[in-house]
Amino acid sequence: MKASHALWKERLKGQIPEQLGAEVDQFETEIGLRQQNKIEDKVFAETRLRRGAYGQRYDNGQRYDGKESRRLPFADRPTKGPGTMWDAPGMLRIKVPFGGLNPQQLEVMAELAEEYSDGIAHVTTRQDFQLHFIHIENGPSLMRRLAAVGITTREACGNAVRNVTACPYAGVCSDEAFDVSPYAHALAWFLMGHPDTMEFGRKFKPAFSGCGQNACGLTQMHDIGYVAAVREENGKLVRGFKIVVGGGLGPVPRQARTLTEFAPVEEMLPLTQAVCRVFGKHGEKKNRNAARIKFLVDKWGIEKFREEVFAVRQELRPDPRWTEMLKDAEKMAEGPLKPAGAFPAINGDEKLRAWIKGNVKDQRQAGYVTAAVTLPLGDITADQLRSLADIVAKYTRGTIRTTVEQNFLIRWVSKSDVAALHADLAAVDLASPGASSVVDVTACPGTDTCKLGISSSRGLGGELRNRLHQKSYQLDEAIKSLHIKVSGCFNSCGCHHVADIGFYGVSRTVNGYKVPHFQIVLGGQWDNNAGSYGLPIIAVPSKRAPDAVDIITEYYVKNRLKDEKFYAFVKRVGKGPIRDLLEPLNQNLPTYDKEPGLYSDWGDPRLYSIGDIGIGECAGEVVTRYQFEIGSAERLVFEAGLHLDAGNAQLGGETAYRAFLQAAKGIVQVQYDDVSNDPDEIIAEFKERFFDTQLFFDPFVGPKFANFLFAAHAGRGEKFDADTAHHRIAEAQLFIEAVHNCYNKLRSTPAPPAAK
Amino acid sequence: MELQHFVAKLHVDGALGLDPAKVVDVFHQWVANQTVPGVVLIDVAELLHVPNGPGVVAVGVEADYALDHTDGIWGVLSRRKNILAGSNADRVSEALASAARVSLRLQEAFPALKLSHTSFELIINDRAVAPNTAATYAVAAPAIEAALRDILGHGDFKLMRHDAEPRKRFGVTVTTVKPFELAAMAAR
Repeated sequence: MKASHALWKERLKGQIPEQLGAEVDQFETEIGLRQQNKIEDKVFAETRLRRGAYGQRYDNGQRYDGKESRRLPFADRPTKGPGTMWDAPGMLRIKVPFGGLNPQQLEVMAELAEEYSDGIAHVTTRQDFQLHFIHIENGPSLMRRLAAVGITTREACGNAVRNVTACPYAGVCSDEAFDVSPYAHALAWFLMGHPDTMEFGRKFKPAFSGCGQNACGLTQMHDIGYVAAVREENGKLVRGFKIVVGGGLGPVPRQARTLTEFAPVEEMLPLTQAVCRVFGKHGEKKNRNAARIKFLVDKWGIEKFREEVFAVRQELRPDPRWTEMLKDAEKMAEGPLKPAGAFPAINGDEKLRAWIKGNVKDQRQAGYVTAAVTLPLGDITADQLRSLADIVAKYTRGTIRTTVEQNFLIRWVSKSDVAALHADLAAVDLASPGASSVVDVTACPGTDTCKLGISSSRGLGGELRNRLHQKSYQLDEAIKSLHIKVSGCFNSCGCHHVADIGFYGVSRTVNGYKVPHFQIVLGGQWDNNAGSYGLPIIAVPSKRAPDAVDIITEYYVKNRLKDEKFYAFVKRVGKGPIRDLLEPLNQNLPTYDKEPGLYSDWGDPRLYSIGDIGIGECAGEVVTRYQFEIGSAERLVFEAGLHLDAGNAQLGGETAYRAFLQAAKGIVQVQYDDVSNDPDEIIAEFKERFFDTQLFFDPFVGPKFANFLFAAHAGRGEKFDADTAHHRIAEAQLFIEAVHNCYNKLRSTPAPPAAK
Repeated sequence: MELQHFVAKLHVDGALGLDPAKVVDVFHQWVANQTVPGVVLIDVAELLHVPNGPGVVAVGVEADYALDHTDGIWGVLSRRKNILAGSNADRVSEALASAARVSLRLQEAFPALKLSHTSFELIINDRAVAPNTAATYAVAAPAIEAALRDILGHGDFKLMRHDAEPRKRFGVTVTTVKPFELAAMAAR
């Protein structure tokens, strides 16, 4: 704990809003009680999560060191949650509603990164900040310092309403119906701690967009999304929102469905409250894998869901805040600091030219532009944050936004200031060009710090960024506009489903060793508010993933029709030929002795592992049969995607079911050679050998993937539409990954060579 | 005024002379073998993609160690995170000894790593305890000087306070007239 811990409470007295201060005090008390063992660790875990204090990799006290899994020698103290060591540092997630910040807040973020973390603040794909390696006992001081500048970590994690995101161009965009920022702000504070949000079985993510067509708000992939719209009613223009619900990424993504085509702005808060009440009352509570609102919307259908929400809306006790908060919020409109201007002469300054081309956009307001500040992997140093605070104060009225692409956006910059702004940013290494382009790779924390990470998403993201930067001047314009997004696992925090080229981490066994791999996901659409989701086409070794990008992009450049976007290109040529091109990346992989680097991940020289090594139970010949079966399953799931792409959802869904069976048979065969092809027998054997014994259970999501199999089997013969087929295919893919993991667990891994 | 949470950074002499990414492997070995007495090492943070940033950090519960590149200056850094007993001068000595020990171990792995024997910095990583003010300097300078006289065996050194910018942490750069020995510093 910091020596200053006791000082901050006194020093910030009077500067912290009463409610926020009381919450921090309460958290501090709870920390004390947990240290005395007077609160159950499970209860404390949810308490800290609701305050944004998250776990981090190795907080269970186990760490694989490249040879074996060892215990970290943490002091023997009460745990922070089940199996979570008290002294293990964690991550603090800091909510930034609609990404809006001011210079004072940037400065505090800098101070906290420096004093409590590793000197880095990380911008997330939900416009939050994250600080890593935070000791739990320092939490209250951090929270007080944040609260003193109007920031809270409350409900940044846990089963709660997460950060309310919004298009960072809101208020300055030519395409928007109106500025959604005030409404995002109002919603964030209205829902925080609201009684109707206390009963959620899982998290709930809202997002705002000013228009339907651009990607900036990504409303289609949110639990609830608001798209600004204006209607004429009785000769007057009325502001409102199209509201969509039940979207989400995660292992099995869903497109949101329309709750209402238009709700006037005065109805936004009460309707949302009604949605929360319905979700809180009827959403799944016991099985967290089916507890997001998308599952309730699936279960009921959107019509029944809508009916229930509007019925509940009528029953709500009127709350004056429904309209008062909007009035207050609407006063927050931003404006310029300086007079409008014209672009300066560039005079051969190629760096400035490239930066303007990639990072600067005209605002709706003539004479003003927005300027994107690209951050490598969302990271910024404390010194850079302080400089950025000065720059924001110098060129704007003191406002800046974080973006879901892990960057900043400075708005209301007079065009005449563009060269000076570029120079000031360049002086602190914040003037990298290529915002929102192929070099601007997004990545979740992955194995760097996340407990769920399977492969190094930041490692791959960094590698791709470096390689693409180096050749950015030679890249075809068509490639430059692509979006690459990397997740360390199937949970999609890196938003791989909506990238042109998405990656998510998986593991495979090669030559007797576990090898980090990435599934390559194609067919996602960033435009149209994340208008469609991709599907995996092939897993390649992590160290071969950059080659895969080269192969895919070269094929695109050579074969695209004029002005054909990547999404349309993939749809036209089909995923089959692209998979064929990538197939050689998996063939004839060198042994560990010949290329040890292949057997470790990017930025982490340890021999790769997904955790503790399991106990071997299989003979060599079984490996061959297993690999044959699992290979067939992978082919089937890929073919299922092709059928879906070709418009045959029914065949896609049915093929996905066959992939399930094939994979299940593969793992059953490891224990029982004589299993037949009879689906009922495969399921029964799987259940007895792998489900009832919990051998197949995932350490984090338990029986989830096995349940996908049982659901597919129970639903055989069902009719598929595009959505349900997509879900079945995604679930089959996840089941196959789980089979790989289970097999890895069963199988012994040879001892690595002695360290040199 | 009790000064805690010292950061000591021993500057690299001239060019770095090694690929900083290679330090990642060495730090992983340190974590695996838990080779820093009194510190539970947990993880390695590779932050080389951030210009002029923290470089490569071995993260611990009680302290962090880094091949640091803040301000564009390479150096071996030790950052104390927990509260230490003793006097202010004791804590200065501990910070420098810790940085020196880490430096020597890094030099074992990377003989090309050359460190300055005449300059280093000290920062107090806690704004509430030690704001960047003249008052803090008035308390910190005597403690630092006492520790340095003890470590160096002489008083031929200069303290230069870092930027007086109040938003920054309190820090000084120390330059010595006579070169100091890392081994002697590490032995304190």
